[in-house]
Amino acid sequence: MRNILVLIANRLATGMLTLWIVSLIIFLGVSALPGDIATEVLGQSASPETIVAFRTRLGLDLPLHERYFAWVSDILHGDFGISLANHRPIGELVFGRLSSTVDLAVLAAIMAVPLALGLGILAALYRNGAFDRAINLLTLTSVSFPEFFVAYVLILFLSVKAGLLPSLAGFSGGTVLGRIEGMVLPALTLTLVVVAHMMRMTRAALIGVLASPYIEMAKLKGVSPIGIVTRHALPNALGPIINVVVLNLAYLVVGVVVVEVVFVYPGLGQLMVDSVQKRDIPVVQACSLIFAATYIVLNLTADILATVTNPRLLHRR
Amino acid sequence: MTPLARSAAGPSATGWRPSFAWMKVLAAAPLSAKLGLFIVASYVAVAISAPWVSPYGEAEIVGSQFEPWSARFLLGTDNLGRDMLTRLVYGARNTVGIAFASTLLAFAVGGVLGIFSAVAGGWPDHLLSRAIDVLMAIPQLIFSMFLLTIFGMSVPVLIAVIALVDSTRVFRLARALAMNVVTMDYIDVARLRGESRLWIMRREILPNILSPLVAEFGLRFCFVFLMISALSFLGLGIQPPTADWGSMVRDNATLITYGDVTPLLPAGAIAVLTIGINYLIDWFLDKSSGLREGQ
Amino acid sequence: MMKPGILLDVSGLRIEGESGGQWQEIVKGVSFQLDRGEVLGLIGESGAGKSTIGLAALGYARPGCRFSGGQVRFEGRDLLHMPENELRRLRGMRIAYVAQSAAAFFNPAHRLIDQFIEVLAVHGFADHAAAAAKARNLYARLGLPDPAGFGQRYPHQVSGGQLQRAMIAMAMAGDPDLIVFDEPTTALDVTTQVGVLAAVRSAVRGSKTAALYITHDLAVVAQVADRIMVLRHGQTVEEAETQSLLHAPGQEYTRRLLASDPVIRPERAAECHLLEIDNLSASYGARRVLDAISIRVPKARTMAIVGESGSGKSTLARVITGLLAPDTGTLCLDGTVLAGGVDQRDRETLRRIQLIHQMPDTALNPRQKVSEILGRPLMFYKGIKSEAAAAQVAHLLEQVELSPALGDRFPGELSGGQKQRVCIARAISADPDLIICDEVTSGLDPLVAEGILDLLSTMQKQSGKTYLFITHDLKIVAAIADTVVVMKNGEVIEQNGRDAVLKNPLSSYTERLIESVPQMNSGWLDALIAREGADARNPEDRRFP
Repeated sequence: MRNILVLIANRLATGMLTLWIVSLIIFLGVSALPGDIATEVLGQSASPETIVAFRTRLGLDLPLHERYFAWVSDILHGDFGISLANHRPIGELVFGRLSSTVDLAVLAAIMAVPLALGLGILAALYRNGAFDRAINLLTLTSVSFPEFFVAYVLILFLSVKAGLLPSLAGFSGGTVLGRIEGMVLPALTLTLVVVAHMMRMTRAALIGVLASPYIEMAKLKGVSPIGIVTRHALPNALGPIINVVVLNLAYLVVGVVVVEVVFVYPGLGQLMVDSVQKRDIPVVQACSLIFAATYIVLNLTADILATVTNPRLLHRR
Repeated sequence: MTPLARSAAGPSATGWRPSFAWMKVLAAAPLSAKLGLFIVASYVAVAISAPWVSPYGEAEIVGSQFEPWSARFLLGTDNLGRDMLTRLVYGARNTVGIAFASTLLAFAVGGVLGIFSAVAGGWPDHLLSRAIDVLMAIPQLIFSMFLLTIFGMSVPVLIAVIALVDSTRVFRLARALAMNVVTMDYIDVARLRGESRLWIMRREILPNILSPLVAEFGLRFCFVFLMISALSFLGLGIQPPTADWGSMVRDNATLITYGDVTPLLPAGAIAVLTIGINYLIDWFLDKSSGLREGQ
Repeated sequence: MMKPGILLDVSGLRIEGESGGQWQEIVKGVSFQLDRGEVLGLIGESGAGKSTIGLAALGYARPGCRFSGGQVRFEGRDLLHMPENELRRLRGMRIAYVAQSAAAFFNPAHRLIDQFIEVLAVHGFADHAAAAAKARNLYARLGLPDPAGFGQRYPHQVSGGQLQRAMIAMAMAGDPDLIVFDEPTTALDVTTQVGVLAAVRSAVRGSKTAALYITHDLAVVAQVADRIMVLRHGQTVEEAETQSLLHAPGQEYTRRLLASDPVIRPERAAECHLLEIDNLSASYGARRVLDAISIRVPKARTMAIVGESGSGKSTLARVITGLLAPDTGTLCLDGTVLAGGVDQRDRETLRRIQLIHQMPDTALNPRQKVSEILGRPLMFYKGIKSEAAAAQVAHLLEQVELSPALGDRFPGELSGGQKQRVCIARAISADPDLIICDEVTSGLDPLVAEGILDLLSTMQKQSGKTYLFITHDLKIVAAIADTVVVMKNGEVIEQNGRDAVLKNPLSSYTERLIESVPQMNSGWLDALIAREGADARNPEDRRFP
C-alpha cells in the first residue's frame, strides 16, 4: 500500500512540475513577441511618453523573472490582469465563461460516456461479427468529420428543417429549461464527435484483455460468458476503460472551442477565439493557462486512476 | 502468395513481378479501400490541376453576393461574389497542400528525434521525452492558437506551428516503435560490430518501423488537416483571400439558416477526404499486420 | 462398443489452423484411448500439434483453430459436438487444464485461493469455507510453503515454480477424472522443475485421476507416464508402454529422439588462456548482478558457463562483449586489457569477440536478406567490396552447411535451425578469436540443436576458435565443454575441468544441479525424492520464504 502512495505522490509531483513549466511557456511565449504589448496596443504612432507610462502601469519595465512571479502570484490570488480590449478584469470575464463551458462538456459527457462504453463493449464481445464491422466503418467515418460539419448538418436538419431546437445557444432566454434547450444541439455535436473515438478505444482495451491467457483459463475452468466478462475481464479492463473516459473528457473540454463558435455559445472557447483575433494577449494567456491546466489535471486523474485500478501495482510483493 | 513462393521465383522474375503483385493486392482489397484510393487520387488530381479545371480565378469577384446555383455559377457565389466551385477547387490545393507540408515537417522532426531518442537511451532520451511530455500536456488546438497569436497568422508560420505541435505525437510513436526494435538482439549485434548510431537508425531500425509509420502518416495527416480546417474556420488559420475550405464554411454559414446546403460542401469535402484516407489506412494496417504474422 | 473402463476416446481427430487467411490441417487424424487413472504422455517437437490435441480433450479449440473431423469421446459423449453449456459443466470440474506459463494463465486481479474456489463455485458448490479448506489441504500436499496463508497472495507475488504448483492445485479442485498438463515444467529451471514434477506425480499417482502429459522432453515424461505417444507433424509416430518405448522403440524417429542427447566429446586440457577475467563486478542500476568474478578462458577450447536463471551468466556475456560496462575489475584478451564499454573499443577489438544469441529470430534483422546480413561484417571489418563479398557469403553459407541459394532470402523464410546457422556464419565472418554462445541451442528442437552443436565443434577443430558456451543445460556441458564454470546469484561457485566438475562436484549446489537433470530411466524422480526427502524437493521455497 505504501508503494502505491509513493507512486501517486510521484505522479502528482510530475503533474505539478508540468503545470509549472507550461505556465512558464505561456508567460515567456508572450515576451517573445516582436515589439511588446505596449506598441501592440497603442500603435506605432503613440508618443514615447505614453508608451513609457503604459509600460509602467502594466509593470513591463520590471525584469522578466519579477514579472513572472508577480503574474503567477496574482493568478494564484484569482487575479488574471486586465483585458486590453475592454479594460475589464480578466477574472470576471473568464470565470463566467468557464462555468458555461464546463456545463456544456458535462452535458455532452452524460450522453457520450454510457453510449460509447456500451457500444465499445458490445463491439468487443462480438468482435469481427457483422455488428462490429458495421460499427467500425461507422466510427471510422464519423472520426473523419470536422466538428463544424457535424454541427451544421445537425443545425440544418434538427433546427432549420425540423425546427425542433434553437440553432443559437446564447439567445434562448434566461430560464434554466431554455438554457438547457439551447445546449442540446452543441452537446449533441460534441457527443457525436467524441463517441466514435471513445468507443474505439474502449473496444481496443477490452479486446486486449479478452485475448489474455487467463481468459482462456477461465473458459477452461467452465466459467460462463457472463462470469468471464464480469469477474475476469472487467477487473483488468477497468483501468484502461477509465483511462479512455477521462482522456476523452479532456478532449471534450478542448473540443468545445469550435462548437462554441458555431453555436455562438458564450463559453471560454469563444472568448479565446475572439481574443486571439483582437490580439488581446492577457486574455489569450489566461484562457490558454486555464485550458492547459484543465487538460493536465484530467490527464493526471486518468493516470492515477489507471494506477489504482491496476492489480499488479495495487498488490506489490 | 507465400514468401517462399516469392523467393523461389528467382531474381529474373522480379523485374515485372512486383507491379503485377501490387495490382493483384489492390484487386483483392475491400470495397472501402478502393473507394478510399479513388477519393485520394481524385483529390490529388484536382489539387494539381486547379488553375486549369476551375472556371474563374481564385480571388476573382465574378458576380453579386450569395448567388444561387446556375449554369454560370454551378455552385453559386460566396459572400463576396466569388465563384464557389472555383474556390472549392483551389481550396483542395491550399488546404491539402498546407496540411501535407505540415505533416511532412512534423514527421521529419518528430520521426528523427523519436528514433534518435530510442537509440541513444540514457539522459538524451530522458530529457527529450520529458520535454515532449510537457509540450503534449498543452491541448493541441489551444497551443496552436496561442502560438499563432504570438507569431502572427501567415502560411509559413501556420505550417511551422502545426508541425511543431504535431511532431510531439510523431515523436512518441516513432520512439515507441523504435524502442520495440532497439530491444532486439540484432541491434546489439550492430552495436557490437561498431556501427555508427546513424547507420543503426537508418539501416536496422527504420526498415522495421516503416509500415506503421506510413499508416501513422495517413492518420496524422487527417488530424492535421482537420485541425487546420478548424483553425481556418475559427478565422485563425489560412487568411483571405486564399481559398480554403474551413474559412469558406465560416464565411457562408448564414446560408444554412435559410436551408441552403452550399456551405456544407467545403465541410463535406474535408470529411470525404479524411474518410477516404481512413479507409485506406484501415486496409493498410490490416494488410501489413497480416504480413507480419505470415513471416 | 467401448470398454467400460475407458475415460477418453479420441478417434481420427483432425484440427485445422488458420494462417494468412488459409486453413491448414495441423492435427491429421490422431487416435488414442485413456483409461481411468492412467497417464498418457504426448511427446513431440514444436509444431507437432500436441498442445492443440491437449486442448481438444477439453472440447476447446483456440481462436484461429477449428475441429475438422473425428471425435473426442469423454465417457462416451462426443465433446466436439456438445453444446457449450454442457461443456462448461465438464470443464474445470471433470476435465481440468494445467498450462505452461502459470504467470500468464492466472488472473492478476484475484487472489490465488479465490481462483481456486471459483472452480467449485461455478459448478454449484457454494460452501466457501469447505472449498478454502480443500485449497489449503492441496497446497500442503503439493509442498507449497505456508499452506494456510499461501492462497491470500496474488499471482505476481509468488515465484514461478510455486505458481505452477498452485495451478496444479487448482486443477485438482474438483477431483477431476482427467487433467491435461500442457508442458507444465518447460519454463522452469531444473531444480525448480523437480518440485513441480513431484507435484504432478502426487496429483496422478494412486488416484483415479487420469492425465494427458504434454512435453517435448522424453526424460520428463518417462517419470510420470504409463504410456507414451510420439507425435510428429500432427500425426502419430508410435504409441507404447513407457518401458517398452524407452527400451525398444519401434520407429526410427523415436530412436532418434531417444538418442538426441548430444554426443560426448572427450575433454581436452588447456594450454594457455585467451581471456582473463579478474575480480569483475557489474550491476543494472543499483542491483549488483555480477560479484567479483574471476575466470580464465582457455584458448582454442570450449568453456561452459552454467547456471540457472538469475545466476548472471548472460550478464557476464554482455560485460565481456562491452554491452554492459563493468563497475570494477579487468578483462584481458590475449594480454591486452579491454576497455569497458563497446563505444570505447576499437573496431579491431570488436571484431575479435563475437556473440551468438539464444533466439535467432531476434538476432537477425527481418528486413535484411541473408546476403546483406553476412556481407556487412565482411565489408565493415575487411573493406571487401560488394562483388567480392558475394562470393565470400556463398562460402560462409557452405561452411555452416547451408545452400548458397539461401543468401537471397529474408530470415522469415528460414527455419529455426537455418536461422541459427546464419547467426553462426555471421559470427565467423568476422574471423574472431572468441565466440560467445549464449544458450544457442535452447530455442531449438533437440534434433536440430544436436546439428548445431556438431557444426560448432567441427568448426572449432578446423579453425581453433575459442568458445565460451553459456547454458543452463548440463547435458550440453557434458558433451562439449572442456572446462566448466558454475555460477549462482552473480558469483562463481566452481571452476574446473569438465569431468572433475561433473563427476566430483565440490559444492552442494553443483551437486543439486546435476541431480536435477531428468534422466531417461523412469525411476530417476522416485530415487531423487526418496534420497532427499520431501523438504529437498523445493529448493526455491527456501529461496523465497
